[in-house]
This record gives sequence, C-alpha cells and structure tokens, in this order.
Amino acid sequence: MTPTVRARLGTVLAAAVPVVFVAVLFGYPVAAIVGRGLAPEGTLDPEPLRRVFTDPALRGVVWFTVWQAALSTLCTLVLALPGAYVLARLRFPGRSLVRALVTVPFVLPTVLVANAFLAVGVPRSLGAILLAHVFFNYAVVVRVVGTRWRNLDPHEAEAARMLGASRWRVAREVTAPALRPAVVAAATITFLFCFTSFGVVLFLGGPTRTTLETEIHRQTTRFLDLPLAAALSVVQLAAVLALLWLVGRSERRAAVPARLRAAREIEHAPRTPGAWVLLTANLLVMTALLLVPMAVLVVRSLTPPSGFGLDAYRALGDLRRGSTLFVPPLEAVGTSVRYALAAATIAVVVGGLAAWAGARSRSRWLDGVLAVPLGVSAVTLGFGFLIALDEGPLDLRGSAALVPLAQALVALPFVVLLVGPVLRSIDPRLREAAAMLGASPGAIRRRIDLPIAARALFAAGAFAVAISLGEFGATTFVVRPDAPTLPVVIARLLGQPGEAAFHAAMAASGILMVLVVVAVVVGDRARVGRFGDF
Amino acid sequence: MRRPRSRAAFVRVPVTTICATLVATLVATLGATLGGVPAGAAERRVTLVTHDSFALSESVLDRFTERTGIEVQVLPLGDAGQIVNQAVLTRGNPVGDVLFGVDNAFLTRALDANVFERYRSPAVDGVPEALRLDPKHRVTPIDYGDVCINYDKAWFAERRIPVPETLEDLTERRYRDLLVVQDPSTSSPGLAFLLATVAEFGPDRWQGYWKRLRANGVTVVDGWEQAYYDEFSGGGAGGDKPLVVSYATSPAAAVVYADPPITRSPIGTMTGSCFRQVEFAGILAGTKHRAEARRLVDFLLSPGVQADLPLQMFVYPAVADTPLPAVFTANADTADDPYTMTPARIGARRDAWIRAWTGTVLR
Repeated sequence: MTPTVRARLGTVLAAAVPVVFVAVLFGYPVAAIVGRGLAPEGTLDPEPLRRVFTDPALRGVVWFTVWQAALSTLCTLVLALPGAYVLARLRFPGRSLVRALVTVPFVLPTVLVANAFLAVGVPRSLGAILLAHVFFNYAVVVRVVGTRWRNLDPHEAEAARMLGASRWRVAREVTAPALRPAVVAAATITFLFCFTSFGVVLFLGGPTRTTLETEIHRQTTRFLDLPLAAALSVVQLAAVLALLWLVGRSERRAAVPARLRAAREIEHAPRTPGAWVLLTANLLVMTALLLVPMAVLVVRSLTPPSGFGLDAYRALGDLRRGSTLFVPPLEAVGTSVRYALAAATIAVVVGGLAAWAGARSRSRWLDGVLAVPLGVSAVTLGFGFLIALDEGPLDLRGSAALVPLAQALVALPFVVLLVGPVLRSIDPRLREAAAMLGASPGAIRRRIDLPIAARALFAAGAFAVAISLGEFGATTFVVRPDAPTLPVVIARLLGQPGEAAFHAAMAASGILMVLVVVAVVVGDRARVGRFGDF
Repeated sequence: MRRPRSRAAFVRVPVTTICATLVATLVATLGATLGGVPAGAAERRVTLVTHDSFALSESVLDRFTERTGIEVQVLPLGDAGQIVNQAVLTRGNPVGDVLFGVDNAFLTRALDANVFERYRSPAVDGVPEALRLDPKHRVTPIDYGDVCINYDKAWFAERRIPVPETLEDLTERRYRDLLVVQDPSTSSPGLAFLLATVAEFGPDRWQGYWKRLRANGVTVVDGWEQAYYDEFSGGGAGGDKPLVVSYATSPAAAVVYADPPITRSPIGTMTGSCFRQVEFAGILAGTKHRAEARRLVDFLLSPGVQADLPLQMFVYPAVADTPLPAVFTANADTADDPYTMTPARIGARRDAWIRAWTGTVLR
C-alpha cells in the first residue's frame, strides 16, 4: 500500500465513524417512523403530503415556520455579532465570566425562560418568539464566530489600513471574507434551532402561532395522525436538506484560506473611545437581553413564599421525599454530569474524526450530514427510537446508553464546527517540514495535528457538556425513569401541584446554570501550550 | 505575562491524561448503566408504564415487593395522550407490562387498537358501577377526579364580585378577561373542559358558547403549567387572571404544599363547571409477565394504594369507602353532578371537536 492510498483509507475510515453514528441513531429511527406514517401497508401513500401543500392552514404553518426562523436568525446575527467581536478581541476584567454567562441561556429549559419573559412584561407575541430565539442562540454566534475571530490574524487588515483602505473597506474586503465561513455556520445552526423550536413557539407565541415542529408534536401526541405527522416531517427534512445543500455549495465556492494566530497575541484592552462605546453598548445588550431573564429565575429561586433564602433549594431535597416521584437533587446533578461527560466524550471523538476527515478533503458534505439532526423534530426522532430500536442488537429501549448517544447527536455538529476550521488552517508546510525531518504520519498526527486541535477539542467538549446538560427534547424520550437528568426533574416538578414545586423547579434551574458556567469556564481556561491556544 | 513553556514537554502529558480521564468516565458510565439493564427472567419484575404525574409512596410499593417478591419499575412516558399513543405504536412489543393513566378521553383509542388484554380483577367489585366504563374488562378503573374552574378567593372578595357559578355566567360582562383555559389539542384538562362545554350545550350550541367566551376575552395557553403559573393569580407565580381551568383537588394541593403552612385554601372550585375524569390501568398485550401484571393491577385497587392516591396524585380513589385524609375532606371538592360523556361518544367525536374548537377560538 502506498502512503497516499493509506492516507486516503485513513480519511475514509475516519469519515465512516460519524456517518455510521448518524445513520444508526438518526437515519434509521426517522426512516422507520416516517415509513410507518407514509407507507403503513408497504406502498407509499402520497395523499398526506398533498394535504400539506393544499390545505391552506398547513401551508400557512410551513410558511410561518420558514419566515419566523429566517427573521429570528437575522435578529440573532445583528445583536450577537458585535458581542462576538467584543468577547473575542477586547480584553476586560471579568471577560471569561461574561463568556460563560452568555452560554447559559442556551441550556435553560424553555418553559422556565418563557415564564421569566412573561414575568418581566413581554406579552405572548411574535416579538416574544424573536426575543427568546435571540436569547437562546446568542451563544451559538458568540461561540462559533467568536472562536474564529479570536484567532484571525489581524496582520492583513492592518496592512490594508496602512495602504490607505478605509475601515469600512477593510471590514468588507478583508475581515468579512475571512469570517464568512464561521458566520454562515452560526447562522445555519441558529436557523435550524429556530426552525425546529418547540417550547418557545408554544409558550411564548400563544396557541394561534403554529410551526411545523409544534404541528408535528400535536399530530403525533394528540391525534395520532401518523400519516400527516410523517408528511410534515418529510417537508421539514426536505427544507433542512435543501438549506444545507445550498449552504454547502455556496461555501465551497467562497472558501478563503485565513491565517490564524494565537488569541493572546491579538486581543487587546479597549484603547479608543470607540472601543469603549462598543464594549459598553454590547455589555448593555447582554444585560438587558440575557442577564435580566436569567436574573428573574435566580431571584425567584431565592424568594419562595416563605421569604428570601435557600428554602426552595432545600425543598428540592425534601419535597415529595418518600414518593416514587422523588429524586434527591444531588443524584440528579450526578446523573446529569455523568451523562454530559459521556456524551461530550462521544461527541468529541466522533466529531473530531469527522473534522479531521473533513479537513483533508475539499468537500463539506460531512458537515452538512452531521447538522441534519438539528433540523428534525425531537418527537419524530423520539417516536422513531421507540419503534426502531426495539429488536436484536439495537434493542436500546430502556438502556441508559441511549441518553448520552442521543445527546451526542445534538452536540456533534458543534464539535465539527469548532474543530474543523482549526484543523483546516494548519499550515501544510509544518507537516511537510516534520515529514522531511523523518516524522512518520502517525507522529505528525500526534505531534502536530492533535496539539494544535487540542484546545479547540477541549473547548468543543466543554460546549458539548453544556449542550448535553440542557438537552431536553431527545432526552425525555430515552431517559431512564429512576435516573432523570436535571431538565427532566424540572419538567416533573412543574407538572406537580403546589407553589413549592414551582419554586423548587426554579432552584433546579439555578443549579443547572451554575453547572453550565463551571463547564464553560473550565473549557475556556484549558490551555495546552502555545500552539494549543486556538 | 507568563510565557508558555516549550511545547514538547507541555503538550503530551495533559492531552493524554485528559483523554484517558474522559474515556474512563465514558466506559464507567456506559458500563454502570448497561450493567443495570435487567438480565433475564431470573427475578420477578413488572414494568408500569404511566404518565409524568404518577406518584405513590415508596413504602407502599415496597410493601408490594415484600409481599409478592415482584419488583415494580415505574416508567413515566409523557402525558395521558402520549402514553396511549406510544402504547398503540408499540403494540405487540410493549415497553412495559401494565399501563396506568389512560383516561376516559383517550380510552377508545387504546381499546380500538387492542393494546390491552382482558383481565377482571376481583377487587373491581368494590368500584361503583358508574366508573366501570369498559364492560369487557380490558381496563380497570383506579381513580377519578374532576377538571373544574378554580378561582382566586381573595381576588373576588376584594372586589366584592360574586364568584361565577355556571358555564353561562362566564360569558357575562363582569367576568370579562378573567378566565384562562388550555388548548384542548395540547392539554388534558383543556380537553376535559371542552368536553364539559359540549356536554352542557350540546353538539349544535357549544361552538356558539365558545364564540361568546372568546368575545368575553378568554385567554388560551398551551398547558396546565402555563395556565396555573404564568396566568392564574392564585398560582403564586405572578399571573393576574383569577379564573383557571384546573382540578377540584387543587385547593387541597394549595394547602398541602403551602409554605409557611396555612389552614384555609386561597383558591376555590366552581363546582358547576366540572368534567369527570376516570383513570384506568390495563395489562399491555404482549407482556411477558402476565401473572405479575395481574398482581400489580389487583394491588392498584388494594386499600394501601387507594388510600395513598389522594395525597400523592390528588385524585379520588375508585374503591368506594376508602378513607380520605382530613386535609382532603376539608379542602378538596367534588362536583355532585359533574358533566360526563361515554367513552364511545368521546372517541367518535373528540378529534372533530378539537379541530372545530381550533377553528372557532384560535383562527
């Protein structure tokens, strides 16, 4: 076997792992439930699909889903891009805490966030949906774009300025093209999240606003109209595939290699009055948009009817003790953390292999494949699990392994997004030099690729931990009843009668917030040498 | 600023350690959890599929295990509608042995799909005829409760407005913008309240009633949590509507879970607005533990469980003459003459009514 053939084989094998992972845990269950709906007797019945496009109410649902997601994405980009810059480039006291805090909303249960929004006077409306979507997805932009921005070599921009280009021209012709892949990726993910957003639309939109996701949920869990639910799922899937295909195509043409440098060599304290204004304005936006709703939750957890204090946290450990519903809070924290670590490890290994394979080929189809699960209804996937994973070696129903596997499925695209660009930016001359000095391909991977990617892998892992901690949609279908995660505990508390349960749910979400902050701060602090600082 | 040390020494150790630690965690988690999966038929166990609000005292379940040697695993899989749909989807290869929590609103869907096998528990003799809704004994009634409108006592007392008594009263001008209900297409109590209005006004006039309710400013939200905590002024979480669709036992729950303790409930029940819900248990067809499943159904009707139900799930025990806790008799309500409807009628018209309701109230 020649070295080239062996290298190509390695790439193919590395790509095969994520593909098989997604095929088994996503493709097969979704195909099973959609198949049951559209071809109950083995022959395809196109009638439900026709209904989606002929029934004006359902057509309206499709259209509303698309435009609210597009508008939400736009709002998120407009508000979060400046924030991403500030957090990536400006050095100021407390920055790493702010970075961690803006990640917290991403993992909070929608039902509590909705309550907080309503409590500060936001009425159920389209505006509330948009605001909440910005609230939840701000972190996506800050993470995905910020990671790129932190390491983008400002040398070219400075050179262009020196040669007399205006600020605006530099931004448009130098910085923007270099950032573009990250912005497109963040926008795509945000769009997918808003496209399949469930709780936000249901709780903050009010019952008159229906998206594909809420309609699939309604048809599946209420009417048991599997044909219609399957048809809606197919439409949802087709829209997601079309979007990812378009994005992949435009990105292949627009790919611009960018020079990366260690973040600490680029970032600086705000020097000009303009920089101070930018910093202050963004911190204000973050406070109003992100911190206020979070603060409402924290304050409510500290002010149960019995007065200010930790009673709600104590209630978490006492309420319903001795009942089958009771789970000691520490146990739920332990369960959540163990699942999250396992899920993050799976996501980092599988996603790392995908990023590595992706970096060695020009095509981006793998990134797209891994993002598809984000764009598909959790209830479709959950019911798919139920009827597909019930026999033979795939009999995973009731197995706890399914929880981290399902969570890893959600975290996977982020790992690829955060690690891929770093691997792609490794200067090929570095590898060539090492090879010339006699390093074997294995040694190059170990001594060059891995150390450089290590920090990105670590940060991605921390983000994967955060995602898994907050994951609710898929987890709720596969979680073992005696070992619920924190979001499941919160949901159960909210279904119980009595005010004490409501405040205990707030307390549980307070604990969830702390866990997320710890995960992100640890992930951001981890440094593996100078070359790891990417 | 501290400069990084040379990379050769720095890089290898942490990466390997970190990877090793994470892989060890992964293996430990998967190992521990996979190891917990039942190994086979050696031990006697039975799985109870139920809704998320299911609760019993741990000690009561333990007594069952002590007496019979059968271990019970409780598997909550969503709300009443979801568990029925999941049972229909997994018919023949069910995830559990007994399903508890199907109510009269979804009963026919489960029965029509043949998800249950017949079993007549001897204990069913103690249950009043009115609750035994399946003459073929595919399901066994376990408990019942009333979905009713609750009101915030203080709100009405302060304003000296009389509390509404009938469904028709709610369309009066003085009750404008006061009522919050749930969408029947997403919520069990929402569906029960819709059925109450159909039972009261009949198939021709119920939509007209909802048109008047809508004109009088009814608020519709997705689920019970949103209605009770986000909107209801008596829920203690910042709402401002004094009338909400909830349960006749909610006043008792408000006392039991009050902190600091109170003796008189801050909320009351409009007993003229109630719809009776009956919850059933059934043995899932395809069970591999038929004998154990039957013991479990008998157990659900045993005095120990029946007496435990009120304070665990805030429902009334199905077996007549089961003693009720004092806080229940003092604060929980039951309607003397609640609205009812046969499961067959609900099953035949339910989805059509929900769609018509959506068209009338939301569009």
